[in-house]
Amino acid sequence: MALITVEKLSVRYGAHTVLHHVDMVIEPGEIVTIVGPNGSGKTSLLRAIIGATRPCAGQVSLKPGLKIGYVPQKLHVDPTLPISVERFMRLTDPVSRRQCVEALESAGVPDLLQRQMSQLSGGQFQRVLLARALINRPDILLLDEATQGLDQRGSASFYQQIEAVRRETGCAILMISHELHVVMSASDRVICLNGHVCCEGSPAVVASAPEYRALFGTGTGGALALYRHEHDHNHDHDHDASTQEAAE
Amino acid sequence: MLDDFMMRATLAGIGVAFAAAPLGCFVVWRRMAYFGDATAHAAILGVALSLTFQMSIFTGALAVALVMALTVSLLAGRGYAMDTLLGVLAHSALAFGLVAVSFLSGVRIDLMAYLFGDILAVSRSDLVVIWGGAALVVALIVWRWSQLLTATLNEELAYASGFDPRREQLILTLSLAVTVAVAVKVVGVLLIAAMLIIPAAAARNLARSPETMALIAAGIGALSAITGLRAAYVFDTPAGPSIVCVAAIVFACLGLIGWGTQDRA
Repeated sequence: MALITVEKLSVRYGAHTVLHHVDMVIEPGEIVTIVGPNGSGKTSLLRAIIGATRPCAGQVSLKPGLKIGYVPQKLHVDPTLPISVERFMRLTDPVSRRQCVEALESAGVPDLLQRQMSQLSGGQFQRVLLARALINRPDILLLDEATQGLDQRGSASFYQQIEAVRRETGCAILMISHELHVVMSASDRVICLNGHVCCEGSPAVVASAPEYRALFGTGTGGALALYRHEHDHNHDHDHDASTQEAAE
Repeated sequence: MLDDFMMRATLAGIGVAFAAAPLGCFVVWRRMAYFGDATAHAAILGVALSLTFQMSIFTGALAVALVMALTVSLLAGRGYAMDTLLGVLAHSALAFGLVAVSFLSGVRIDLMAYLFGDILAVSRSDLVVIWGGAALVVALIVWRWSQLLTATLNEELAYASGFDPRREQLILTLSLAVTVAVAVKVVGVLLIAAMLIIPAAAARNLARSPETMALIAAGIGALSAITGLRAAYVFDTPAGPSIVCVAAIVFACLGLIGWGTQDRA
């Protein structure tokens, strides 16, 4: 049975429709990446799955008893809040110290248990978030732009860690990413989102799909492809061109 | 023992310090300092209403603080920045409260007693209300501790763990209203926010975990209440402000020590 089934999901903020008729199924053990330009509804889709956003139509069904490990996009620890890595990892689940250590090991940062969260580097912080998500042995990991703020090498090694986690634990992975060239090779399946599902399939199939090319251009790079997309596409998308040009 | 007014005052101060400590930590972590201020300022309107309708001060202050806290939660994120919204509501409530008080002819009102507290006049029944309210607040926060912390760190993390962060926010808001209502008599509406923030902020330098920070804050708060009252007695100074002064001095000393020994980024 599928872990997550999304049927005809629509999400609206005020008068603005962010997601329209989105269908998606996540099977056990697969790595699925959602790609799409800014404002394409990627984060809204993830929020709808964890129940943080109420859909205005359609539904999200989770397999009964599904355990979700969630890695947020960014987590701000206020400097006034003293909290060690161990305490952070035991925040929501009653787990032993041993389980904390194991989870940190599978996330690639075994020695951080007693460190304060505010003393971690960007890369260490993301791995601690990953370790916390792994601690209750989830059926599926959800990652929202988990490599934001990491340099290219940092994010490449983070994705290798994700693949290793899947290999070792067999849990499914659903992630959002901007970094097309990096995630494409690591994914079993790619869903190209822009308010609706433009196309989906294996990375190779998606990369050659006309809808994907209309959205990202024919190049494989991220920023350049997005830029070109703004100037030569004729696919009907209503996202905000100015923010993307400003990002160039 | 409770016949002695100083003993009753000290117990009242400690009660407020215990409720304010864990709540104050969340106020500091979530950067809600101004929120505490706004709720407290609104309480003076509650005092005016209580005197008009001859209710207990506690009931009136609690009602207005609750309405205020819920209004702010509702209006947040709808056009105005949070601090603007709080500034408008807090000072309007304070102004309306002061004007309302002036209409109350025939009742002799010592406004100062409500602005700065009148801890030396705490009665046995006040003590019951203060400790009852403080126990309620501490129980609420201890019960929801992990969820409150998670929601403070990240909203999505809370949802993914299966609970609604907005409910945790509501629990904090309600606790704040209760704390404000019980603290009016002790430190007055102008200095309640100080009892929330100063002990928590002072505890930061000594704490390595959220739990120890709350406990140390409670210790600092209680110490400030005891020492401040003693000082007020000896030097014949106003009691509520004296308590806050002691807390501020503790904060400054711990801050200087932390500054001097700081080796972490």
